[in-house]
Amino acid sequence: MKNEWPLWEVFIRGQHGMSHRHVGSLHAPDADMAIKNARDVYTRRNEGVSIWVVEARHIAATAPGDKGPLFEPSESKVYRHPTFFDIPDEVGHM
Amino acid sequence: MYAQMIKTAHKGVHKREDMSPEERAFQDKIDADIKIEPRDWMPDDYRATLIRQIGQHAHSEVVGQLPEGNWITRAPTLERKAILLAKVQDEAGHGLYLYSAAETLGETRDELVRLLHEGRMKYSSIFNYPTLNWADIGAVGWLVDGAAIVNQVALQRTSYGPYSRAMIRICKEESFHARQGYHAIMKMAFGTPEQKKQAQDAVNRLWFPAIMMFGPSDADSTHSEQSMAWKIKVKSNDELRQQFVDQTVPQIEYLGLDLPDPGIKWNEERGHYDFSDPDWSEFFDVIKGNGPCNVDRLQNRVAAWEDGAWVRDGLLAHAEKKAARKVAAE
Repeated sequence: MKNEWPLWEVFIRGQHGMSHRHVGSLHAPDADMAIKNARDVYTRRNEGVSIWVVEARHIAATAPGDKGPLFEPSESKVYRHPTFFDIPDEVGHM
Repeated sequence: MYAQMIKTAHKGVHKREDMSPEERAFQDKIDADIKIEPRDWMPDDYRATLIRQIGQHAHSEVVGQLPEGNWITRAPTLERKAILLAKVQDEAGHGLYLYSAAETLGETRDELVRLLHEGRMKYSSIFNYPTLNWADIGAVGWLVDGAAIVNQVALQRTSYGPYSRAMIRICKEESFHARQGYHAIMKMAFGTPEQKKQAQDAVNRLWFPAIMMFGPSDADSTHSEQSMAWKIKVKSNDELRQQFVDQTVPQIEYLGLDLPDPGIKWNEERGHYDFSDPDWSEFFDVIKGNGPCNVDRLQNRVAAWEDGAWVRDGLLAHAEKKAARKVAAE
């Protein structure tokens, strides 16, 4: 319907210095109200110390069909992980 | 149970040999417990059924505020009032999470609300019963939210990602609802004889409506099979109902109240409690719109929506004016 408030995506940073994380969405007429509503809905039990909101239409995303070409190449590159390399015990912790 | 009698948008179960390659890949993902996400391919029937189910679930959360809101101004202490207020606020939040999940399927929240207000979508039958005294508020938290938890814990494993994530959030908060309800009814069951009588009366009245929340018995539940295959329904109505009865009977006994159904008896062989069937004709009657509070509830919802229109429009007009001014200044 034409009078529906726009949709906002809500990101919250928790207590322990973690990065902001997507928690959900809500409708609000503008950014100020979106933050106020996000505070009321998503931080009622100490879930966060900081809120980001962004209008949903501004988010660009990968297409589900691109999952293969985008993410499969890294599956075969096991040498990118530290556990790929055997280091002798004598060397000590590394 | 917050969603009852959801008609699957398809007759019978899709057979593998009739499926398109896309649908086969979709069903394989579900069978492998891989979540379906909003922009993934999905059959139209899956989308339509989910919109109905999640929409009805959302409506239940929102309409469910009404019987409890009725007692906010009359709570016996300031603490109970603050607790009830927090619970009712949670229900609004739950409605929001669920409407958001439905919106990821391409339906707008305003459209879902419109369908509810026109009587073309339903909410759970339980909210068409009145809350007559304070003990009812305790019983609603304990029994109604208790039944909701049984259903929603199962739905955390549902195949649609946004629905599953909403369920996980909701279950965390729902546990507070059940416990505060039981705590309130404990006070009454262990209080004066008059208080205990009220607690008993609340349990007697709300027991059968609570076990009806899970919907008709499996024998009469014709729409389940496809929903089960799609994992948007995870356990059958009767399974969930049995689980609820088994966990609730000892809680009633702890309160020293009489069991609300003389048919409740431990069945050693089955390892479950036996219990009487609710009056299913009452259930179908309430669903049809003839429960004690159907008219009232819907009238209140429509009035709240219409009375709030000028606020919604005003805030939007203000936001648009502010945005236009900002563009002009740049």
